[in-house]
Amino acid sequence: MAAELVDPRALPPPPSGAHPVRIAGRYGLLVVAAVVVAFPIYVAVAVSIQPSDRLLRFPAVLIPGDLRLDTFERAFTQARLGRYLVNSAVVSLVITAGQLVTSILAAYAFAYLRFPAKRVLFVAFIATLMVPSEVTIVANYETVQRLGWLDSYQGLTVPFLATAFGTFLLRQSFLQVPRDLRDAAALDGYGHWGFLAGVAVPLARPMIAALGVFSFLLSWNQYLWPLLITNDDAYRTVQIGLKALASTNIDQLNVIMAGTVIAALPIFALLVLFQRQLIRGLTSGAVKG
Amino acid sequence: MVGPDEGDVAVAVSPRREWPLALLMLAPSIAVFVVFVFYPLGRTVWLGLYEVDPFGNRYWAGLGQYAEVLSSPAFRGSLWTTVVFTLITVPAGLVAGLALAVLAHRRLRGIAVFRTLFASTVATSVAVASLMWLTMLNPSTGVVNQVLKALGQDPINFLGHPSWALPAVALATVWLHLGFTFIVMSAGLQSVPDELLESARIDGAGPWMRFWHVTVPMLSPTILFALVVLTISAFQSFGQIDLLTQGGPLGHTNVVVYSVFRNVSSNPGVASVQALALFVIVLGLTLVQFRYLERRVFYGS
Amino acid sequence: MATVALAGVTKRFGDVVAVDDLTLEAGDDDFLVLLGPSGCGKSTALRMVAGLEEPTSGRITIGGRTVNGVEPKARDVAMVFQSYALYPHKTVLDNIAFPLKARGVPKAERNEQAASVAAQLGLGELLTRRPGQLSGGQRQRVALARAIVRRPQVFLMDEPLSNLDAKMRTQTRAELVELHERLATTFIYVTHDQVEAMTMGSRVAILDQGALQQVGPPQEVYDRPANLFVARFIGSPPMNTLPATVEHLNGTAALRVGAGGRVALPEVLGNAAERGHGADVVVGVRPEHLRPVPPSATVANGDGIRATVRVVESLGHERHLLCEVEGAGAVIARVDAEAPVPHAGEPVLLGAEPRHVHIFDGATGGRLGP
Repeated sequence: MAAELVDPRALPPPPSGAHPVRIAGRYGLLVVAAVVVAFPIYVAVAVSIQPSDRLLRFPAVLIPGDLRLDTFERAFTQARLGRYLVNSAVVSLVITAGQLVTSILAAYAFAYLRFPAKRVLFVAFIATLMVPSEVTIVANYETVQRLGWLDSYQGLTVPFLATAFGTFLLRQSFLQVPRDLRDAAALDGYGHWGFLAGVAVPLARPMIAALGVFSFLLSWNQYLWPLLITNDDAYRTVQIGLKALASTNIDQLNVIMAGTVIAALPIFALLVLFQRQLIRGLTSGAVKG
Repeated sequence: MVGPDEGDVAVAVSPRREWPLALLMLAPSIAVFVVFVFYPLGRTVWLGLYEVDPFGNRYWAGLGQYAEVLSSPAFRGSLWTTVVFTLITVPAGLVAGLALAVLAHRRLRGIAVFRTLFASTVATSVAVASLMWLTMLNPSTGVVNQVLKALGQDPINFLGHPSWALPAVALATVWLHLGFTFIVMSAGLQSVPDELLESARIDGAGPWMRFWHVTVPMLSPTILFALVVLTISAFQSFGQIDLLTQGGPLGHTNVVVYSVFRNVSSNPGVASVQALALFVIVLGLTLVQFRYLERRVFYGS
Repeated sequence: MATVALAGVTKRFGDVVAVDDLTLEAGDDDFLVLLGPSGCGKSTALRMVAGLEEPTSGRITIGGRTVNGVEPKARDVAMVFQSYALYPHKTVLDNIAFPLKARGVPKAERNEQAASVAAQLGLGELLTRRPGQLSGGQRQRVALARAIVRRPQVFLMDEPLSNLDAKMRTQTRAELVELHERLATTFIYVTHDQVEAMTMGSRVAILDQGALQQVGPPQEVYDRPANLFVARFIGSPPMNTLPATVEHLNGTAALRVGAGGRVALPEVLGNAAERGHGADVVVGVRPEHLRPVPPSATVANGDGIRATVRVVESLGHERHLLCEVEGAGAVIARVDAEAPVPHAGEPVLLGAEPRHVHIFDGATGGRLGP
C-alpha cells in the first residue's frame, strides 16, 4: 500500500463528470504547491551552476545563464569533498551492513528460538528506541574518547551497529513465514542456520531491502555524532564537510551550493532507485503500528 | 517391538537446547546496546552528579547540580525555545503535509510527477536543507531578500534577527520534514476505503464535510503517528541550529540539544543533566504514543 | 521401510494433555491412518514421530531405534503438510531438490533425481514455475515429490488432501494408495475424514481426546467398533444408538428399548446377556442394517421395535427413513430406492439381524459381546 506512492492506479479517479474547471483548479493548486516545495532545491541547483557575479542579479539568478561547472570542481579542491564523500560512503555502508547482520540474527532468535528471559530481552531491545541518541552523547563521547576512537571509522560506526527498530521489523517479517515451512525445513535436513539463509532471509527480502535503504539514508544524513567526534579532516563525513565548506567559503554561495548538490545526489539517486523500499521503511512505523 | 531396554518406557525428555544459539545471535546487538545505550544512560545520571572546572578537575556536586541546572535561567530559556520551536514546526508541518497529500490524492494525468516532487525533501539531509536555506536567506545575496528588494522592501537579516531567527529555522525544519509527512499522510489516505467516501457522497455530504467527517477520523492514527514523530524530532533538532544560527542571535535559537552539544566536552556534568531532562520529556512523549497506539489497535480493523 | 512404534507416549502442553499414554505401532509397509475429530491429538502424535515435538514421556522408535531427542533430519522421515509448506521463493525443481541439497547431493545429481520424481507425478512441465503459479492439486504433488525424492523410511502426512476440491481428493486418494504400493514404505496418515481412512488405510487408529480408542483394519473397525465413540464416529450416516435396559424373563434375556418394546437378546451376543436384570446398555444398529416392516405384517413380537416415521428423504439411489422411537430417540434406516416404504407419520416396526446388533455398556461405552 505505502509502496504505491507514485503509482497513480492506487489513487481514486476523479469523480466522473467532474467539471473541467475544477480539474484545472486542482492542477493549478498542484503546480503552485510543487513550485513552493521544490523552490529551495531549484535555487540551490541554479546558484550552483552560475558565476558569482550573476547571483546578485535578480531575477536573472533564477533563470540560469552563463552556465559554469567549475563550481563543482572548486568544491572538490577548496574542501576535501572527495575524501568526505568516501568517508560517508564507508561509514554508511559499514553501518548498513552491520545493522542488517545484527538485526537479522537478533530477529531470528526472537522469532524462532526458545530461550529463557526472551520477553525481558525483547522489551529491553524495544526500550532502546525510547532513548534518543542525543541523550547518551555525553557518556558516549567519553567512552569513544577513552577507546581512542575520536577521529576514526570505529567511532563513527560501532555505536550504530545494532538497531532495535530493524530487529522489530524483521522479527515481524520472520513471524509471517508459515510455521510449516520451518517444520518442513527441519525435516528436509536444515538446521537453524540453513533455514535462516535458505528460507527466512529470502522470504523477508523486501523488508530487509527496505531496512537497508532506510539505514543507509539515516547514516548518510547523520550530523550531530560525526560533528562531535571528528576534528580531523580525514575522517569527516560529507555532512560535516559541508559545514567546513560553508564556513571557509562564506562569500562563494555557488561553490557551497555545488558541494550541497553533490552531497545530496547519492540520496536522490537512492530515492529514485529504491523508492519502493525507502517508502516502506519510512511508513512501516505508521502502518504496522 | 519397542527397543531392547523396554523397562524404562517413561523416558524423560529435555527439549533440545536453543539458548546457546540464541545467545550467539543476540550477542552482537546486546553488546552494542549495553555499551552505547544502557551504560551511557546510567553513566549520564552519574556524570550529572559531578562538576568539572575549567582545568578538567572533577568535583562531587551531588543532586544539587540537577537542581541548579534545571532551575537556571539558561536551561529554562533553552527549554522554552525548544517548546516554542516545536509548537511552530509541528502543527505547520502536519497541516502542510496533509494538504499536499489530499491535493495529490487523485488519479490525474501526471500526478506521479507531483507526488515525487512532494516527497523529494526526504532525500535532503539536515545539512543539505540547512545550507539551501542559508543561501536563500542570505542577507545580501539570498533570493528571499532579493525578492523583498524587488518589492521595494528593506532586506531582513532573517537569521541574525532576534525575532526572525526562530521562525526562519522553523520554516527550514518544516520544509525538511515535509517529504516524510507527505509520504506518511499519503499512505494513510490510501488506506481510507473508497466505499466510505462514496457512501458519504450518496448521503449528500459535500467535499468539506467528507473531509472532516470521514477522511480525518479515518486518518487519525496516521496523523497521530506523524504528530509524535515530528514532535520527538523537533525536540531533538540540532543540525539546522548549528548551521543556520549557532544558537543565536542572543540565544534566541539555543534549543536544548544545542546547549547539550556545547557543554559535552567542556562541562559534561551540566550537559548530562540537560540531556536527561530531554530524555524524560521524549520518554513522556513516546509513552503517549504507545498509549494512543494501543487505543488505535482497539479501534482498528 | 521401518516399523514405527509409540510406547506409552504422552504429550502435555501446559495443563492440556494432547496425547495420553499412546501405544501404537505402524509396521513395515503399513498404511496407518490416524483418525479422529479435530483436537484429538492425531497431529501431535504425528509431529512427535517427525521430531517436531518431543513427547513429555514415553518412547518412540523408528526401525527399532529410539528416536526421542533425535533431530527431525536424523530420523529419516518425510512429511507432507496440510499447507504443503512449499518454499514460495523457490521453483518447483528447487523445492523438490531442497532435501537432497541439505544432504550434500551434488547439484547435477539432485536435479536429475528431482526431475525424475517430478516426471513420475506429472510435474515435468512445471519445473521452472514457483508455487504461487500452481493449482492446489499441483502444489500437493510438489509436496509429495519433495517427500518421495528423499526415499525416506517413513512417510508422514498431515491432512494432505483437505485443501483440495472434492474431485481432486477422490483422484488423489487412489494415487496415494498406488504410491504406497509402489514405494512399499511405512505411511502414517492423519485425517479427520473417515472416507479417507476407510479407502486408503491398511489399518486405522481412532483417537479421541488424546487417547487411542481402537486400531485395526478399516473393515474390522467398521464391523466391530470397540466402543460407542468409534461406533458413532465411523459410518455415514452414523450408527443408530439407543439406550436400552436388559430384562430377564422366563429364562430368556431381552432388551427393552424405551416405549418401542422389547427385542429378544440373541445368544450370539454372548456376555451382554450376562448382565443382570435392569442393567443399562446402549444398543446400536447401522442404518443399512435396520429393516423397516409395516406393523400390519405378521411378525412375531420381539422381532423389532416400534417407531414412527417422521421424514422420508430420497437421495436418488437410496432413501433415508428418519424414525422416532418413543422414549428412546431418533434413528435412521437406509432402504433401497425401489423398496416400498411407509409414509411420514405412519408407524413402523424396525428389525435387524442379530449379527448386525451391537451392544455397548451403558456406563463405559465399551463393547459387549463378540
